[in-house]
Amino acid sequence: MYRILNARWLNENIFLMDIEAKRVANRCQPGQFIIVRVDKDGERIPLTICDYDREKGSVTIVAQVVGAETYRLSKLQVGDYVQDFVGPLGKASEFVETPAEKLKQKKILFIAGGVGAAPVYPQVKWLKEQGVPSDVILGARSKEILILEEELKAVAQNLYISTDDGSYGTKGTASVVLQNLYDAGQTYDVCVVIGPMIMMKYTCLLTKKLGLPTVVSMNPIMVDGTGMCGACRLTVGNEVKFACVDGPEFDGHLVNFDEAMKRQTLYKTEEGRAYLRAKEGDTHHGGCGQCGGDRA
Amino acid sequence: MNVLERVPVREQDAKERATNFKEVCLGYNMEEAIAEAQRCIGCKNAQCVKGCPVAINIPGFIDEVKKGDIAAAYQVISEASALPAVCGRVCPQESQCEGKCLRGIKGDPVSIGKLERFVADYAREHDIKPEVHTEKKGKKVAVIGSGPAGLTCAGDLAKAGYDATIFEALHEAGGVLIYGIPEFRLPKEDVVEKEIQNVKELGVKIETNVVVGKSVTIDELMEKEGFEAVFIGSGAGLPKFMGIPGENLNGVFSANEYLTRSNLMKAFREENPTPIMRGRKVAVVGGGNVAMDAARTALRLGAETHIVYRRSEEELPARVEEVHHAKEEGIIFNLLTNPVEILADENGCVRGIRCVKMELGEPDESGRRRPVVKKGSEFEIELDTVIMALGTSPNPLISSTTEGLEVNKWKCIIADEANGKTTKEGVYAGGDAVTGAATVILAMGAGKAAAKGIDEYLSAR
Repeated sequence: MYRILNARWLNENIFLMDIEAKRVANRCQPGQFIIVRVDKDGERIPLTICDYDREKGSVTIVAQVVGAETYRLSKLQVGDYVQDFVGPLGKASEFVETPAEKLKQKKILFIAGGVGAAPVYPQVKWLKEQGVPSDVILGARSKEILILEEELKAVAQNLYISTDDGSYGTKGTASVVLQNLYDAGQTYDVCVVIGPMIMMKYTCLLTKKLGLPTVVSMNPIMVDGTGMCGACRLTVGNEVKFACVDGPEFDGHLVNFDEAMKRQTLYKTEEGRAYLRAKEGDTHHGGCGQCGGDRA
Repeated sequence: MNVLERVPVREQDAKERATNFKEVCLGYNMEEAIAEAQRCIGCKNAQCVKGCPVAINIPGFIDEVKKGDIAAAYQVISEASALPAVCGRVCPQESQCEGKCLRGIKGDPVSIGKLERFVADYAREHDIKPEVHTEKKGKKVAVIGSGPAGLTCAGDLAKAGYDATIFEALHEAGGVLIYGIPEFRLPKEDVVEKEIQNVKELGVKIETNVVVGKSVTIDELMEKEGFEAVFIGSGAGLPKFMGIPGENLNGVFSANEYLTRSNLMKAFREENPTPIMRGRKVAVVGGGNVAMDAARTALRLGAETHIVYRRSEEELPARVEEVHHAKEEGIIFNLLTNPVEILADENGCVRGIRCVKMELGEPDESGRRRPVVKKGSEFEIELDTVIMALGTSPNPLISSTTEGLEVNKWKCIIADEANGKTTKEGVYAGGDAVTGAATVILAMGAGKAAAKGIDEYLSAR
């Protein structure tokens, strides 16, 4: 059992938790992920690591409520326990193995979409700790759902913000900001894009056009997270890779996003039903005439 | 009673069991067990013991069954095996102990497996525990993996007085016994969990959610956490795929994934949150025990299920009993058939497989006749789910993070068969991580040999 030391909502649908997990906190690196299980009947939920405190032995996770299991996790409070917490899983970001001197010669850009700000943050922070500056474009649909702005501002050299609806920062996607930067003569040597798959796909199309080498972090369906099941396989170039052990970071210009997006929808119907059950419990007693629950 | 024939074992009716996950084999009762035990001639130079990878004193325990003293029989088995209720169910006895039984020369060999199962089940139901008398040695040993190899090794080490801790990557202990072998062949709550509990009662500690190589390294365990020796029993590894077009379509699974969802995550229970695809028509590609387990699981989840295998029935690597059970339950065997492509519908889901017919040519290195493609034999089978049960390749998590631990050209950890010794001092290994995918009992044998190797190593220090 792993104790929840801190829990708060970052927006109406995304929450943050510090969880006590000494082994994970001791060894985790930017770019890696963990798997959490709410209780003994829970599903294994893979989540990226947003931060860690080696002294306190705690790991910070950020999750978006997308289904029954993340909903149940979000309901837990400070002082509650999660049943299982395992990691760190996957490979660390390539930076971690690169000498700081070499990194300092590179102009590095991060592009975070929505909840993707969570896995971007520890990378930017880690680079800053090594004395390596990096820029960040943080994008969201609108101002209210933008997360980790203050945190990112504290560690990024330049933080650019975009919202789809123009309620804050540049109007449009993060790609619009990137294009504007390039139009103004700015260039980068490497870019890390993390966000929803569709956002990563379209951002990669642009960075390819700009000739900007791009790393993406994939979050496919997985079960064990240690290479055993192969559910997380995806096509990178001409090769089949397992996101859990070969990734989660890959060359964004080689990932087959269309296949990856199809694979992600496999259990959508079942997940949707489970989410409704978790959220509404036994409230489906019929009467509204829609679901037929009163006639079942 | 004809002494040449074994006492038949009761089973759940094939039609009925094809729709549930309850155990297929119902086992002997006391009367049946004693009758079967009577058939053992009690050879002095018992061949059956030589056929057992953990060398259970088989005539010894059967002798106690003859007398009706099942508690005594259990103690005899427990001297050699920590998992008798498991072994009695999943060991390939026909090629081990029973394969060497003298009764088998002229008639049926003694049902050693079913007797072992009876004794273990009786002990569990009557709360009989293994007797141990040991002096603590005050030395810590780490065991990586809580599958059959790790449990056996840790159990034997505890019996020898060592302080053994098992590190398990998943959230539940048991390894393949929990995630791989289905409920209907090996009940989890009643059998596996109870035998693991017995191992714990020997003093073995189990820490789950530790992925060695990620959460902690072997060097850290030895240098910082005070473990004087380590046993690696981390299991088989990454599932293999065929490398044919369409393998990443929705509806294609590795047997590992399909079985893990159903067994470990209990997806076969509809109320459970972990989803599993309940196909209408399923093809399982492969012919081993894992293929049979996946096929029989798909069948129970409501699918018309086919085994697609490129050689003939004679070459099926699965146990005869498993093939027999699968057929009884209505699984269709498409033998001498090999998929060449998985076909997609407009949504990127599986709609069928394109196969070729095979014929058997000259024997290959394995001694089995090599299947060759029949020209112009392409045909399609319409279906919505494909499960690949083609074996595994080793997981590099541990070998890539442990300096001095060498692997062979297949990336399996190099270890001495006699004592489990690897190329790194104080580190031992056994089971699938060393041999590639094999059986529960061979892994147990390796765990046992390594426990002995570790005891010798630490005693000499």
